[in-house]
Amino acid sequence: MSRITRRSLIVGGSAAAATLVSACDQVSVSDVQPLRRILDFGQFMSMHAQRLLLAGQPLVREFTEADISPEFPPNGTERPNGMAYFRHMMSNFADFRLTVDGMVKKPLSFTLDEVRAMPARTQITMHNCDEGWSAIGQWTGVPLGHLLQAAELLPEARYIVFYCMDEMVRTPDNSGFYYESIDLFDALHPQTILAYAMNGKALPVAHGAPLRLRVERHVGYKHAKYVNHIEAVDRLTHIARGKGGFWEDRGYQWYAGL
Amino acid sequence: MVASSETNAETIATAPAAAPRREVVYRHTIAVRLTHWINALTLVLLLTSGLRLFNYHPALYWGNYGYSGVPSVFSIAALEDIETDEPVGVTNILGHNFITTGVLGVSYDSAGEPVSGAFPRWLMWPDGLDLARDAHFAAAWLLVFNGLVYLLFGLFTGHFRRDLVPEAAELRPRHVLAEIWDHVRLRRARGEAARRYNVLQKLAYVIVIFVLLPVMVLSGLTMSPAVTAAVPFLFDMFAGRQSARTIHFLVANLLVLFVLIHLAQVVVTGMFNNMRSMITGRYAILPEDRR
Repeated sequence: MSRITRRSLIVGGSAAAATLVSACDQVSVSDVQPLRRILDFGQFMSMHAQRLLLAGQPLVREFTEADISPEFPPNGTERPNGMAYFRHMMSNFADFRLTVDGMVKKPLSFTLDEVRAMPARTQITMHNCDEGWSAIGQWTGVPLGHLLQAAELLPEARYIVFYCMDEMVRTPDNSGFYYESIDLFDALHPQTILAYAMNGKALPVAHGAPLRLRVERHVGYKHAKYVNHIEAVDRLTHIARGKGGFWEDRGYQWYAGL
Repeated sequence: MVASSETNAETIATAPAAAPRREVVYRHTIAVRLTHWINALTLVLLLTSGLRLFNYHPALYWGNYGYSGVPSVFSIAALEDIETDEPVGVTNILGHNFITTGVLGVSYDSAGEPVSGAFPRWLMWPDGLDLARDAHFAAAWLLVFNGLVYLLFGLFTGHFRRDLVPEAAELRPRHVLAEIWDHVRLRRARGEAARRYNVLQKLAYVIVIFVLLPVMVLSGLTMSPAVTAAVPFLFDMFAGRQSARTIHFLVANLLVLFVLIHLAQVVVTGMFNNMRSMITGRYAILPEDRR
């Protein structure tokens, strides 16, 4: 797929999506769509310039324990609605399964204990919310690259999609669940991990228990919480409203390195 | 580009008075005029979208982390006055609170109804965090491209050396004081002196072009987790991610101050003549004073 095609995939919106969005957003999407397309060139430039800067895959700065912020405000959902998640909480995620499927040779399913037994990475990093605040926390988890290696990615796979257990808005087509996607450039970065511990303790519910994504070169909304399903895909257009994430479907940029 | 002149401050004082006729010179090259107006457009867009972005978390901190609950160095909030049931705008600067209802925290819409929000709604465009961010970055790239064109032009045509870098004689305290006194009296430059920027003008332009705008770009980049992954030194340069955001805001205010003074000067020193020179390049020189 060429760059242009991928771009139009990220930018393009369907009429159906526009009507759905205008129902819940203040600004009618049909009004801002041409403006958005013009303004989009900034993000287009940023992504390509930053990918050039990051070609050597440097690590983001890691901090010391003394730098950890006293608090860490939760981003987005603080506890998913519904009994399914509540039962997980009651059983301490004993029945939780993480599935890895899609464009892989070996679809896999893991219990939380199995995930915890995998090679782990611990990192103290800065979390940047797109609203402007930032906090520093310590995360322990399995590198996403390890999971993808175990499942054996097919060569066609280009994106990794993270499906979450928190339903943001109730919709007939179930497109209201939080989800996110990153490309392989970010998925295979050593600091991209599925974290199950924060600041030395089990990941709190407010921060995405039992598993959340840490994709350190992006702002907050890319860090999917409550992840229970990872899918390798070659395109994003067929998922939910087709822009690669819950907020992306509602106008946010897919590339969030800022 | 200011019409070049070999004349320095000393010779101006002794130069024979020019004939009292209006001379029109070619003051600004097409490159300066074009980049000036593109820059003006991007700065307006960056300001209105930047204020909208600030509005989503109207507090500034020092260091790497900062969120609601961490002591801020600057914040704007809307409080509810339970006695009058009216919202009150409160601005906090380094721990000191100021009531700023009507301007910051709470402003009034066209119907006269109070609206909470860090800045008045008419100052913030576009609506929404997503669109405002898109606008901010689109304008930022335009500013950078435009700035590069201007820098290359300035370096290779001698515009900087000839028109912007103050001469040693101009920097002498006596001369600077005299210029300040002229500015205070709103005295317009005439004759030979009007062919060139005065030293305060040169210093203001040099500071904006070579200090404030680069600091804006770099402090803005420090807020990008992708850019700081590649250039972590930015954290050290600005004493942390939140400090960079604070400096970004502070320097934005300095730029606004510069633009306000700049606009006031445009009016005071001849609105028509100045506007014409920045549009067509032609600038009328006032005849020398006869003293």
